Amino acid sequence: MVAAVDIDGRAAQLGINWSEINLDSIQLPPGDDFGIASDDEAVYHEDQSEFDTGFGNIIVVDHLPVVTREKYEKLEGVVKKIYNQLGVIRENGLWMPVDPDTKKTLGYCLIEFNTAQEAQNAKEKTHGYKLDKSHIFDVNKFDDFDRLMNVKEEWEPPQARPYVPAENYQKWLTDEKARDQLVIRHGADTEVYWNDPRQKMPVPVHKRPYWTESYVQWSPLGTYLVTLHKQGAAVWGGADTFTRLMRYQHSMVKLVDFSPGEKYLVTYHSQEPSNPRDASKVEIKVFDVRTGRMMRDFKGSADEFSIGGPGGVAGASWPVFRWAGGNDDKYFAKLSKNTISVYETETFSLIDKKSIKVDNVVDICWSPTDSILSLFVPEQGGGNQPAKAALIQIPSKVELRQKNLFSVSDCKMYWQSSGEYLAVKVDRYTKTKKSTYSGFELFRIKERDIPIEVLELDNKNDKIIAFAWEPKGHRFAVIHGDQPRPDVSFYTMKTAQNTGRVSKLATLKAKQANALFWSPTGKYIILAGLKGFNGQLEFFNVDELETMATAEHFMATEILWDPTGRYVATAVTSVHEMDNGFTIWSFNGNLLYRTLKDHFFQLAWRPRPPSFLTAEKEEEIAKNLKKYSKKYEAEDQDVSLLLSEQDREKRKALKEEWEKWVMQWKSLHEEEKLARQNLRDGEVSDVEEDEYEAKEVEFEDVIDVTEEIVQESM
Amino acid sequence: MPLRVCSFSFSRPSSPSSTVISIDSDTKMRPILMKGHERPLTFLRYNRDGDLLFSCAKDHTPTLWYADNGERLGTYRGHNGAVWCCDVSRDSSRLITGSADQTAKLWDVQSGQELFTFKFGSPTRSVDFAVGDHLAVITTDPFMERTSAIHVKRIAEDPQDQVADSVLVLQSPEGRKRINRAVWGPLNQTIVSGGEDAVIRIWDSETGKLLKESDGEVGHKKPITSLCKAADDSHFITGSLDKTAKLWDMRTLTLIKTYSTVVPVNAVTMSPLLNHVVLGGGQDASAVTTTDHRAGKFEAKFYDKILQEEIGGVKGHFGPINALAFNPDGRSFSSGGEDGYVRLHHLDSDYFNIKI
Repeated sequence: MVAAVDIDGRAAQLGINWSEINLDSIQLPPGDDFGIASDDEAVYHEDQSEFDTGFGNIIVVDHLPVVTREKYEKLEGVVKKIYNQLGVIRENGLWMPVDPDTKKTLGYCLIEFNTAQEAQNAKEKTHGYKLDKSHIFDVNKFDDFDRLMNVKEEWEPPQARPYVPAENYQKWLTDEKARDQLVIRHGADTEVYWNDPRQKMPVPVHKRPYWTESYVQWSPLGTYLVTLHKQGAAVWGGADTFTRLMRYQHSMVKLVDFSPGEKYLVTYHSQEPSNPRDASKVEIKVFDVRTGRMMRDFKGSADEFSIGGPGGVAGASWPVFRWAGGNDDKYFAKLSKNTISVYETETFSLIDKKSIKVDNVVDICWSPTDSILSLFVPEQGGGNQPAKAALIQIPSKVELRQKNLFSVSDCKMYWQSSGEYLAVKVDRYTKTKKSTYSGFELFRIKERDIPIEVLELDNKNDKIIAFAWEPKGHRFAVIHGDQPRPDVSFYTMKTAQNTGRVSKLATLKAKQANALFWSPTGKYIILAGLKGFNGQLEFFNVDELETMATAEHFMATEILWDPTGRYVATAVTSVHEMDNGFTIWSFNGNLLYRTLKDHFFQLAWRPRPPSFLTAEKEEEIAKNLKKYSKKYEAEDQDVSLLLSEQDREKRKALKEEWEKWVMQWKSLHEEEKLARQNLRDGEVSDVEEDEYEAKEVEFEDVIDVTEEIVQESM
Repeated sequence: MPLRVCSFSFSRPSSPSSTVISIDSDTKMRPILMKGHERPLTFLRYNRDGDLLFSCAKDHTPTLWYADNGERLGTYRGHNGAVWCCDVSRDSSRLITGSADQTAKLWDVQSGQELFTFKFGSPTRSVDFAVGDHLAVITTDPFMERTSAIHVKRIAEDPQDQVADSVLVLQSPEGRKRINRAVWGPLNQTIVSGGEDAVIRIWDSETGKLLKESDGEVGHKKPITSLCKAADDSHFITGSLDKTAKLWDMRTLTLIKTYSTVVPVNAVTMSPLLNHVVLGGGQDASAVTTTDHRAGKFEAKFYDKILQEEIGGVKGHFGPINALAFNPDGRSFSSGGEDGYVRLHHLDSDYFNIKI
């Protein structure tokens, strides 16, 4: 998508009107790909050749009656009559061979249709057609004949393929330095790097030009990297390098989405209608990631898939299918008009064979860990029927809890990452209906009867700019108030004295922030001022309620925590022309390194699967952190020593090389001295040659002189 | 004229790896802002003694300043178009200027008197005196059906004897692409040129033969905007819109160093005293939008000449930097911007103590 924008921009620069260009009219010289190696072109040809024998429009009809010469024409007439209903038979397209000895037909005929589709249709429709009791048609495509003829008479047991141990797809997790990977796209290149903060640079893992045609995406557990192509999607991964593991055919795929446990891949394609009044056509396929098998496909007009999206957006709101939480990938749900369709992956069909009817439902949201669906229904009947937020248990479809809400203008649902809490932000009209104010309904999912608590901000009229739960934690942060300097407040669902009530921890006044980014491990949060604030960053420790650092990544458009919460990447993507690239920070706001890349489109950390350590074990490690940290500190020191050693060596080499040049120049300059003097009509002075004096001495002189000059000029 | 003084700092680069001291003292390193031009600056040149500074701009009038305090000495009136380039003779008596009015003019530096006019059929882009000041190389732009060319003129001792004839005319193989700068090589034996075709060429100044071309692999990828040679003619540096500056051996055209920055480079210069190079530029003036002024990066950036690492930067211009020149004593430098200002910076002790 971004690339298209880029092309538009480029075209605008060159003064080309895109719409006037017929892309098909551009012809490249044959055999010249302009140095653009495209591996999916190979894929394209490969796929094409499988179908292209040229006899796709011919079918063979077997089990016809064997007739004599006299009856030949009659039979021909009958067969023609049958098949003319199903497609256009080409001129002389029907051929019924005759045995030269007996002058009787051989009991079969070949029919050539105009198109392969017609042939396919005819085959499907007439296979098994009963002409009479003893003549049941056996129809095959001519193309299949070779294959069918070669079937051996005797059944052979399939040979057991030798066992090839599968690569360890998780090998990146065993990195000795426990580094994380990230993928970036810039220009035509897609690159995977290790983030190596010790060396203060990204270390390349894999690079490919034209790896994808739109964007790339990691699977939720980090095992695969999916790329998008004209022919479909492909996933990449493996132990050491990125090899293609599987392809999923879906022509012109636009969007992809994984199920949370990486078992299924959902691909999306929409076709713009030729008539602008029609809705665009949408096709969605669900694939099994490992086998590549298509499990189910959904087709329809965009309208059927676009309910619940932010109002009025063309096309479907992605993802259309929302997966239930947890890693077992059991259910996925689709929202459409007045219905919620929940599918289960065992059969890929609706639970109980029917959808859930909920009039006017506009939004659904899964719990991130359980198969609980939260949904929101707005007010109806001009306020006679209140709006409703509800929780539904799947697959039982039992409503666990619901709450009616009055004078609601809008509503948004936020689940806490471990599914313990659900916050529903409700915008309500004031009495005059002229303005709105916001409040929260907080559901405690894991407690008995799911108590609901209402939270209103200290100043009820504050606008809510951003909301975020602490991952795995009990706290949340809210940016509220008026631009340009809103306040940031922290609340907790649990305090030592007061377990059942939400309470405020702190409010930070007048912050330049409009977005919140919690560390994936909680405790730390970045209060970011993107867009209008030019990329202000405040690294905040919520445990201590203190600011660790403030910084700025000018014009930053994206902020991404690594999966461990140790580092943060901030990036400027190609929405801005200047300063494209990314910067890596430590969790506490130390700038570690910067990388600049022109036409920077995307950055994504490779996710990590959840840890196998139990909570107790983790706590124990946290307690004994000092013991472990010693070891790592020593390692850090070794690395930094090594680096500074390498750095010194490099500098020394550079200096020596430079000295060599200078020596050479000096001697040449000396040699040419006489010639130069002649050119200058004998003038001896060559003052500028002093420039190669030893510099240490010169510095001392210079300081004195300069200071005098400055004083004079003041 | 009154001098405008404005606070300024020599800020450390954003890269955390370099251990640079930060020079941030309002009291010491104040630049002198010289507002004498009404249009964007195009070129700056110090004389050999470093006491005079010549500035060229698109406003037709080259201007002479005292290089120490920025006081204006005088202007050279006569051109009828933007002045692109100038050079001053070793004894500071003669000035040559090249202008878009399709002429190059010789001037008496002291009196401001116009001595001679070389007429061409197309704008002159760059001028350079040879060692000994008996020859000058002048480049002309492609214009109408004319292609870009390099002209060598003999400069007479006495302006009375001056003739307009070219000793030699060189045609670039890429005639439709502008040559942005041509300078003399060691002992006037060669001429080095660079321009829009991103190729650096070395020509024999006697025969006019093309001797060397820079390698497309290692060379610049986009138009070369500026070229500055070392005082001893041993090496030179080129700046390009490909956001790099490159250092070359002047005799062999060997690429020695590459300095990468984040914005197109319009101007380059080298410190004659320390191993520093200075890159100036910024977002193209037409691309400067209504965004924050910091977005443009109109900064003169200092690089370590040997290590190719950024040392620091001098901010202040509010348009791209078009011209840079180092005083031959290495203790001050000046920058000229699209904003019409010349900023004269005296470098202070902190600068000379920079260690990396």
